[in-house]
Amino acid sequence: MSGTPEIKQEHPKREKKIADNIAVKLKKDILDIEIKPKRIKVKIKHQSIKKAANYLKTVLNLDHVVSVSGIDYPNDNEIEIVYHAGTYEHKDLSDLLVALVYRIPREKPKTLTLTDVWPSTEYDERETYEMLGVIFDGHPKLEKLFLPEDWDDIPPLRKDFKNPGR
Amino acid sequence: MSELTVSIGPQHPGAGHFRLIVKLDGDKIIEVNPDPGYVHRGEEKIAEYRNYIQNIPHFERPGIHDSSNMLFAYVQAVEGLMKLEVPERGKYIRVIMAELNRIISHLYYLAIYGIFVGHSTMFMWPMGDREHFIDLAQMISGQRVGFAFLLPGGVRNDMPEGVKTRANDACNYFEKRLIEYERIFMNNPIFENRTKGIGKLSKEDAINLGVVGPTLRASGVKADIRKDEPYAVYDKLDFDIPVSKDCDSWARAWIHIEEMRQSMSIIKQSLKDMPSGPVKLNLRGQVRAPPGEVFSRAEASRGTVSFYLVSNGDMNPYRIRLITPSFRNLIAIPHILKGLLLADIPPVFWSLDYWPVEADR
Repeated sequence: MSGTPEIKQEHPKREKKIADNIAVKLKKDILDIEIKPKRIKVKIKHQSIKKAANYLKTVLNLDHVVSVSGIDYPNDNEIEIVYHAGTYEHKDLSDLLVALVYRIPREKPKTLTLTDVWPSTEYDERETYEMLGVIFDGHPKLEKLFLPEDWDDIPPLRKDFKNPGR
Repeated sequence: MSELTVSIGPQHPGAGHFRLIVKLDGDKIIEVNPDPGYVHRGEEKIAEYRNYIQNIPHFERPGIHDSSNMLFAYVQAVEGLMKLEVPERGKYIRVIMAELNRIISHLYYLAIYGIFVGHSTMFMWPMGDREHFIDLAQMISGQRVGFAFLLPGGVRNDMPEGVKTRANDACNYFEKRLIEYERIFMNNPIFENRTKGIGKLSKEDAINLGVVGPTLRASGVKADIRKDEPYAVYDKLDFDIPVSKDCDSWARAWIHIEEMRQSMSIIKQSLKDMPSGPVKLNLRGQVRAPPGEVFSRAEASRGTVSFYLVSNGDMNPYRIRLITPSFRNLIAIPHILKGLLLADIPPVFWSLDYWPVEADR
């Protein structure tokens, strides 16, 4: 079998079990759960994000975040934020990533930081802030990271920002 | 108390354009603020303007010494969405190229480490020995750097005759050289004095900060995507993950030496085990991911590289999130440097193998 995560079907049961546990515990906060081998995607209500993150960290032992991504959906007028969390300490789950997904309105992209739950999100959230304009409330240092200090255009990873010359 | 703020960089403090804003009390570091972004190119945005084939040379740009490992995660993401199964021989050649890249990148690291601590022999030797592996990679791919050799469905071409003999010769030669490296560099009292016990990152902090690669393994965490989530043929190969409990700068350099030993063993095994047959699928240029999303990971020389690919079925990806190991390790720099002396910055900073081009993307 190939090494790509989507094809390999090693532990379909394990993911199902974990997803069921999450679904029971966070029943009222969850919109949808998708299971693929080694990947669980949990779509969550925006206001429940901190509760869900705390649950993943303390109960499932997901001790660090691998990536924080922002995706712009101008047609839905929303921005999707995706946290991919994994674990180093729990050896049986080292290949598993749980994605915590929620959407916020595009005009007022304001949400809560998860740096207090997962300190490893600090620079990812800063990047999402400058690239998509998402404001993470409570972030210790929400400043520009990569963009020039005098950048005054719209956030560049929004779909309505066109690369110069394109 | 008189505080002094010093700006180190952005003019190439050894690794690429990157600045550290250091607050000092005397020569003791009170606070460090990293200021990346001098080599930011907006690669995630550029990728949205290119199709999946054009993105191949594009995505090896962040880690040019490590191009095959960077592309490994990218091609696996595309293959994951397209449900492609790479031919067995193609997988072995991918692994050989990835491990060659790991050695090339680690040797570059050791060479620059020599410069950072004023040990010029340690600059010359790895740079010289690196040529053997660059020549090998050139023999296989036709390029000396930036191979763009991996593509969705396999690798660009098969290996020519003679790679096996030459690779075995190079590995046998370099295994002996590594013993000399340890004698002249790792066990050198001058190098030990500047690195042993300095720049400690505890296991708990390493896990909490989510660092990756040799930095993580030097802090006593046995984590490597090649073992944790085996891809290509890594599950069929026999190799170890070097781990150290010392948590200091010396341990991080030592991990690099040990990993090169393991990489050579992987290359030898792959050359011995690889079957004959095709090396790629004939896609006739039809590389277009169907709608969906995939998160793919691979272990590059500096740590885990991840691609989060979201496709809406277009010619170009809708959104690609690229997380490079140096970006993940950026958070460790202010954490480790705090409380050290100003003179500790070069050996500690470089021990993290932080590569600004890779972090800025």
